[in-house]
Amino acid sequence: MSEQILFKVTIDNITIEVPAGTTILQAARKIGGTVAPPAMCYYSKLQGSGGKCRTCLVEVAKGSEKDPRPMPKLVASCRTTVMDGMEVKNITSDKVIDARAGVVEFLLLNHPLDCPICDQAGECHLQDLSFEHGKSETRYEFQRRTFKKHDLGKNIQLHMTRCILCYRCVFTADQLTNKRVHGILDRGDHAEIATHIEKSLDNEFIGNVIDVCPVGALTDKTFRFKNRVWFLKPMDAHRDCPTCSGRVTLWNRGDEVYRVTARKDEWGEIEDTPDGKPGWICNTCRFDKKETSDWVIEGPRAISRQSVIAQGHYAGNVGMTKPTETFKAVNGGRTPHLLLDIHDESEVNQSQIHLGKIHGPAHGDTFNNKIENA
Amino acid sequence: MLCVQSIEKKRFYMSIQFNEQQMTECKRLVARYPEGKQKSALLPVLHLAQESFDGWLSTETMDYVASVLSIEPIEVYEVASFYSMYNLKPVGQFVFEVCQTGPCMISGSDNIITYIQQQLDIKPGETTKDGIFTLKLVECLGACGYAPMMQVGKIYKEHLTKEKVDAIITEYRSQAAAKN
Amino acid sequence: MGVKLLLDKAHVPGIRTYDVYRREGGYRSVEKALKEMNPESIVEEVKKSGLRGRGGAGFPAGMKWSFIAKPEGVPRHLVCNADESEPGTFKDRYLMEFLPHLLLEGLIVSSFALGSNDTYIYIRGEYAWITDILEEAIKEAHANGWLGKNILGTGFDCAIHVQRGAGAYICGEETALIESLEGNRGNPRIKPPFPAIQGVWQRPTVVNNVETLASIGPIINMGGDEYAKIGVGRSTGTKLISACGNINKPGVYEIDMTISVEDFIYSDEFCGGIANGKKLKACIPGGSSVPILPANLLLKTAKGETRYMNYESLSDGGFATGSMMGSGGFIVLDEDQCIVKNTYTLARFYRHESCGQCSPCREGTGWMEKILQKIETGKGSMSDIDLLWDIQRKIEGNTICPLGDAAAWPVAAAIRHFRDEFEWHINNPDLSQTSNFGLQHYADPIHVPA
Ligand SMILES: Cc1cc2nc3c(=O)[nH]c(=O)nc-3n(C[C@H](O)[C@H](O)[C@H](O)COP(=O)(O)O)c2cc1C
Ligand code: SF4
Ligand code: SF4
Ligand code: FES
Ligand code: FES
Repeated sequence: MSEQILFKVTIDNITIEVPAGTTILQAARKIGGTVAPPAMCYYSKLQGSGGKCRTCLVEVAKGSEKDPRPMPKLVASCRTTVMDGMEVKNITSDKVIDARAGVVEFLLLNHPLDCPICDQAGECHLQDLSFEHGKSETRYEFQRRTFKKHDLGKNIQLHMTRCILCYRCVFTADQLTNKRVHGILDRGDHAEIATHIEKSLDNEFIGNVIDVCPVGALTDKTFRFKNRVWFLKPMDAHRDCPTCSGRVTLWNRGDEVYRVTARKDEWGEIEDTPDGKPGWICNTCRFDKKETSDWVIEGPRAISRQSVIAQGHYAGNVGMTKPTETFKAVNGGRTPHLLLDIHDESEVNQSQIHLGKIHGPAHGDTFNNKIENA
Repeated sequence: MLCVQSIEKKRFYMSIQFNEQQMTECKRLVARYPEGKQKSALLPVLHLAQESFDGWLSTETMDYVASVLSIEPIEVYEVASFYSMYNLKPVGQFVFEVCQTGPCMISGSDNIITYIQQQLDIKPGETTKDGIFTLKLVECLGACGYAPMMQVGKIYKEHLTKEKVDAIITEYRSQAAAKN
Repeated sequence: MGVKLLLDKAHVPGIRTYDVYRREGGYRSVEKALKEMNPESIVEEVKKSGLRGRGGAGFPAGMKWSFIAKPEGVPRHLVCNADESEPGTFKDRYLMEFLPHLLLEGLIVSSFALGSNDTYIYIRGEYAWITDILEEAIKEAHANGWLGKNILGTGFDCAIHVQRGAGAYICGEETALIESLEGNRGNPRIKPPFPAIQGVWQRPTVVNNVETLASIGPIINMGGDEYAKIGVGRSTGTKLISACGNINKPGVYEIDMTISVEDFIYSDEFCGGIANGKKLKACIPGGSSVPILPANLLLKTAKGETRYMNYESLSDGGFATGSMMGSGGFIVLDEDQCIVKNTYTLARFYRHESCGQCSPCREGTGWMEKILQKIETGKGSMSDIDLLWDIQRKIEGNTICPLGDAAAWPVAAAIRHFRDEFEWHINNPDLSQTSNFGLQHYADPIHVPA
């Protein structure tokens, strides 16, 4: 192996050495923790991704040893490579904190905030992002943009209102399948993910769009509403699959397989297989193998992020008895700042109350009380 | 050009297809770009298709363009829906595209827009019942010094006044009548 | 009378045709460049001229050319940006419509300097008739040996192709333009890599504005040093200004950049004063994206000095009290114009033209438009003004391409200079629907004879 050129970069006062060509985001992830900027659109396994959502903006206080001038604007850390001697400020920069709060507000502007009925709740990057960087009330007083939800084939549902236009699913279809049938139509604030005419996404690998979607815009219809993810127990498992690596995470309740996904790392990205290739999985593994007997179970999956899913590993016989914990308890005492503005009826909560009648924005507690009082 | 040949085989399956002359033009457009970069001709070919097939791009038309350029239909939908000059819905024979941006607005475009609405009895985005006129409000067309203005097909109508609007409507009405 | 380099022949009958253009001395620069110069010396000449990009950013053209990568065996391309969609700007159209061969002349010399054998003119889709004019001119140039194979026996091959856009302001941004040229949606690319390294079809590409490229002919003819003597400071040569709005003589003017803003507005040679005997209220001096200035700050800088029509003087005072030369779209507003409404139409424009790729611009432009519409229709509240300010602040500088900034600046400047007019709108919801804030203290300091 030829000698690698290493660059020294300092992020939030922590210095590390990384190979030339590394992005600021990748370098920050090596350090880990809060030093790593949030990334809603970048996906290291998808070529060309990143740069769009602007959540990963950082301040470059010193360009490099050679040219120490600071960069005039905040830069997207996912698409900016490090220079030797570069100094970067992430959460130590007020400018970054301020801009990021702005970006979160923009991303939530037209988002329905229907987390209580969203399958992604608990593993939604937007939810995490707004907990960590957002404000709790909205200043937007206009009608939110709405789209009809529609099916993309028998296994995938598109909930366009939730989409943040990260383009990940488009890159996935481009790079994993031989024929892309969905894409971004229209432009500006009307832009949407669609197929234009009713078409189903049925390539063998298209199911991966569900795993890359950072929000609940693309969801698994074979799982929908069956359960909240934090009540499920993730298990690593594999099978001898002729199409893909067959290495997956099963989301079980007791012995029942509720959902199958690819294995994800601490950044929410698909893990590599031992031979170093991205561990995308095929549709058969994802949608059709819903029996424990289909799989060789390896053991419980370590969920390393501070995610609500991690809270699901409470002691006891998970899945055998109906959980009685409140969301708050499951959620580590954190009251969710859900800004309810729901113009839909929840299938989760059984329709004792028409959610549209609640005047949003409401707090999570308000919501719970109303349900109980109804 | 490889792509165009393979299309010609497919042509007879479709009800929408370029005639000889349009096909020649299409080939000329494709030839302007490097080998294998025929997608670059998409914008001009869509213009050609829109002109050739009733002034708008139906799904069928877009699928045809995709096959002509050997690209996926979604790539055509993505592009056609991005640019404001492509009509994805049927339009009248003559489309009045009136500019409403700042410089035109300060030069009195509001009055012209209201006047056209009254004369044609339609709102922006609508087509007259006889199918002759469609009214569209558009953003700056690069004629700010000659405001108020509108575009009708390839032509810019500038320095609009009520009298000019009357004359334009009469002119196109008689053109439409002559065609039928 | 100032010097005219571009439009001096514009009024010669038939100048649009090759024969007349050639008889008037056209294509001399191509002869000189191809026969007596080499690509390096042409770039050198352009550097010496101090020519700055006329598309809006004002980046020195010679310097941009010197950045182009020259990897072995990879074709390079010159692309002419004729997308001209910035509200208030219609100078490129004028050039192409009346002097198509002047542009071709510049394009051929520039293509030679950059080593582009296939050069593209990307023109906004609405300029359909100009596309025909250009195609015709290209045919003529071809027939007369200025284009094609082995031009003037020098071994240089060059073809010029015209590609029509299809209605998208964003395609004026150079990387969006490149995407569009490749037949894609006009989403600006994330830089780096810059077009000079990887542009159209991943090949090294230079994108220049129509007026920039049309200036190359005169520069080669007269020499870079002579060109640099025209104008002042770093504003060398002549500049086309497209003037519109409430003036007596809207149109395209060529100025050398030593004339004062006051002279430009009031002299009969140019705008001829404010129309209908009204008074000047405000002006957007460089296309809709640049900050609007009230009359007092337009004619004189904050220091009380005369403001001139050049890059430096127009931006004197920064964004606090100055503006920008931009694309040279000079929009004049008289005393009857409503700043709130004007700002609203511009906000609507930017919302309409956002490509939608990045969240601050996609969501922020629509939000600003809605709030401005609310204020304009008399439904605003005082906190809306601060909210607007905060939104524009959060868009600016945080987006992929400068359209975000372009959407933020007009709103910021309108609030900065005309806050009391916004407040008046909010405090007088009914009155503001039927009457106008008028001049108030922005009074035109120039005496207008009755
Ligand atoms: C949103 C946006 C729109 C633009 N529109 C145009 C345009 O219509 N014409 C143009 O020449 N440059 C336009 N530009 C500037 C170009 O990106 C680029 O700087 C210019 O074409 C370079 O040419 P120049 O150096 O000769 O000025 C635009 C830039 C932005 C960000
Ligand atoms: S559907 Fe999901 S993955 Fe696709 S663009 Fe929207 S948010 Fe991104
Ligand atoms: S700033 Fe606006 S136009 Fe530019 S890339 Fe972002 S969304 Fe597109
Ligand atoms: S993750 Fe970097 S911009 Fe989205
Ligand atoms: S504003 Fe109407 S043409 Fe420019």
